Amino acid sequence: MDFTYDDEQRALREAVRGLVGSTYGDFENRRRTVAEDPGFDDTMWKRLAEMGVLGLPFDEEDGGTGAGPIETSIVAQELGRVLAPEPFLTSVVLAGGLVAMAGSDEQRAEVLGALSAGEMVLAFAHDEPGEAVLATHASDGWVLFGVKEPVLHGARADRLVVSAALPDGGTGLFLVDGSTATRSGYPTHDGGRAARVTFDATPATALGAGDQSAVIDLVLDGTRIMAGNEAIGAMEVALESTTAYLKSRKQFGVTLNTFQSLNFRAADMYVSLELTRSIVAWATMVLAEGTPEEVAEASARASLQVSRAGRHIGQEAIQLHGGIGMTAEYAVGSYTSRLTALDHMFGDGNHHLRSLAGKVGGYDEVDPLA
Amino acid sequence: MQLKLSEEDAAFRQELRTYFTTKIPQEIRDAVAARRELTKEQFVQSQQILNAGGYAVPHWPQEWGGRGWSDLQRHIWHEELQRACVPVPLAFNASMVGPVIAAFGSQEQKEKFLPKTANLDIWWSQGFSEPDAGSDLASLRTTAVRDGDDFIVNGQKTWTTLGQHGDWIFCLVRTDPDAKKQAGISFLLIDMTTPGLEVRPIELIDGGHEVNEVWFTDVRVPAENLVGELNHGWDYAKFLLGNERVGVAPVGATKRVLANAKEWAGDQLSDPLVASRIVELENELLALELTALRVAANSADGKPHPASSVLKLKGTELQQAVSELVVDLAGPASLASGAPDDATDLDFWTRRATPAYLNLRKASIYGGSNEIQRQIISRTILGL
Repeated sequence: MDFTYDDEQRALREAVRGLVGSTYGDFENRRRTVAEDPGFDDTMWKRLAEMGVLGLPFDEEDGGTGAGPIETSIVAQELGRVLAPEPFLTSVVLAGGLVAMAGSDEQRAEVLGALSAGEMVLAFAHDEPGEAVLATHASDGWVLFGVKEPVLHGARADRLVVSAALPDGGTGLFLVDGSTATRSGYPTHDGGRAARVTFDATPATALGAGDQSAVIDLVLDGTRIMAGNEAIGAMEVALESTTAYLKSRKQFGVTLNTFQSLNFRAADMYVSLELTRSIVAWATMVLAEGTPEEVAEASARASLQVSRAGRHIGQEAIQLHGGIGMTAEYAVGSYTSRLTALDHMFGDGNHHLRSLAGKVGGYDEVDPLA
Repeated sequence: MQLKLSEEDAAFRQELRTYFTTKIPQEIRDAVAARRELTKEQFVQSQQILNAGGYAVPHWPQEWGGRGWSDLQRHIWHEELQRACVPVPLAFNASMVGPVIAAFGSQEQKEKFLPKTANLDIWWSQGFSEPDAGSDLASLRTTAVRDGDDFIVNGQKTWTTLGQHGDWIFCLVRTDPDAKKQAGISFLLIDMTTPGLEVRPIELIDGGHEVNEVWFTDVRVPAENLVGELNHGWDYAKFLLGNERVGVAPVGATKRVLANAKEWAGDQLSDPLVASRIVELENELLALELTALRVAANSADGKPHPASSVLKLKGTELQQAVSELVVDLAGPASLASGAPDDATDLDFWTRRATPAYLNLRKASIYGGSNEIQRQIISRTILGL
């Protein structure tokens, strides 16, 4: 049992922090970037690729750098700290993760190679506003029918990974050229982008054969753990910003940290953060070393804690700042917005609570050292 | 980053588990599992068996019975004790006065007290708190005045846990009334059979007799029982209170009660409200346990980790929350706390639920109240 990062991992953190900090360290740059489509900085995306960050989770033979969940988690935390709007989580971790698990040798080499090089943006079209998207056999492959929404970065994505109901039951995965679907893009509250994506006999290539539900579940579980890591970065800064503000802001002729009631609330935020940091680090290690069943449980447990802590810290950060925390110009409210978005991307706290509660009678205790 | 225990630590864990579950009498472990109050004899017997195996005071200096374990190993030891329902070695002996004597006592004091302290041949009581010195401990007023080869002690200590079993008491006493608060305090060891020392029970809201007042009226204490230097007692008290980075949060015991609660819950477990409440508690306990592991596994310098306050704060909150859950599971049967075994049809756990719940309200008050912990976090960690 060891919670420490090695020298290479620390160097990776420094490098990523330096790169994203050079742009988004100034919150105004982040505001400018998310104000215009595509909602992120293509140059930054390229530079992340040059640093090897976009290929981190993928095998070298697929064009990646062959690192693991620990390294990926470090990147997620650092992007979370500055609210970097580049779609690392949804494009690389999630959509790229699906291609890595379900794709053929050729698909992996083509898609993941381009993704790692920063030449392609992927999106996973999974959530549905209504009926399930259907996949149907066509003369030379598959066509899809139906609507997916919200698809994060779906309007900008060069290639879509789409889940769809198969004719004989089960859920398949498909690759679709972004330009062949009908897409209406719009901003999300956290500065991100999403889209409604409509398929109408849209040509698609199967990603893996037959039902891919298990792949989808496993990749979603891993993505939740990385979303938790991104949330850790955001929570860290929300708390840092809050304590700095309490020390500098004056009311009644004294700084706010003169008031014990405020300091105690900051202390409770720290408790939430530390507990969450521990469980997310653990879940990341389970992702690196565990079975799919262990990953599913760790993901649910970490996500539940991240949801609870993200709300606590995000809400208190604004309250302890007062009115300034409500403004778009000041960063802290955007951290709360991002934490809220992360909480709802792949099932919120109660979603995970429900799944865990259904199994609670089946075991004696939770033993992380077992 | 590494998820699993090393082979060595995993084997270590198994070795402890075997010892604790085979050497400690089942009757004692059953009493702990049922949350019954233990007798003095049960505490002593259990600690002596642990001591015989080298498991009573592993964190002490090696020449006095310490084992030179890593913090992670000590964490595992502490968790396995609780998991096996073995009473943790008496804190006053093992965690408090023992380490102070080992660090600051004279050679004579070490030889006289440490072996008997480890083996619970001497039962120590703690004489720190006073009626007007709780969280503000340094405002204590019990005095010790030098008279020839002795000190004459006068005053009153309170909240002396299990003082009715005590053979000796380690006290903070004021030896320089003119010095500033912390500066005039000394650390004195007092034989509780000395004339003028009186232990009076305090009845608590759970109906039990766990704590006491200790009154000192012209109690004559040989000066050789002063630990370390005169007027340096506050330093030793800080050492004692800040000594622990392992075992701060009662994770294992709380997990055990929660696991039992799932059995006690029976059909209530199919109630989604009950199931989700248990999952929330389990999850927070997991996060707490992992935090304790993080603190233990990452310590190299042996200094108290500031996150110890997180462990104390959250650990006691969860301990209380689990005890509250058990009362709710017991329902109306939780009222029958006074029913003797032979005059009731209600399960023991239901009758024990409320006294345990009421008793554990203490957990967020003692050892530096949770408000003091928040103060430490906001000042020391957050710089507020």
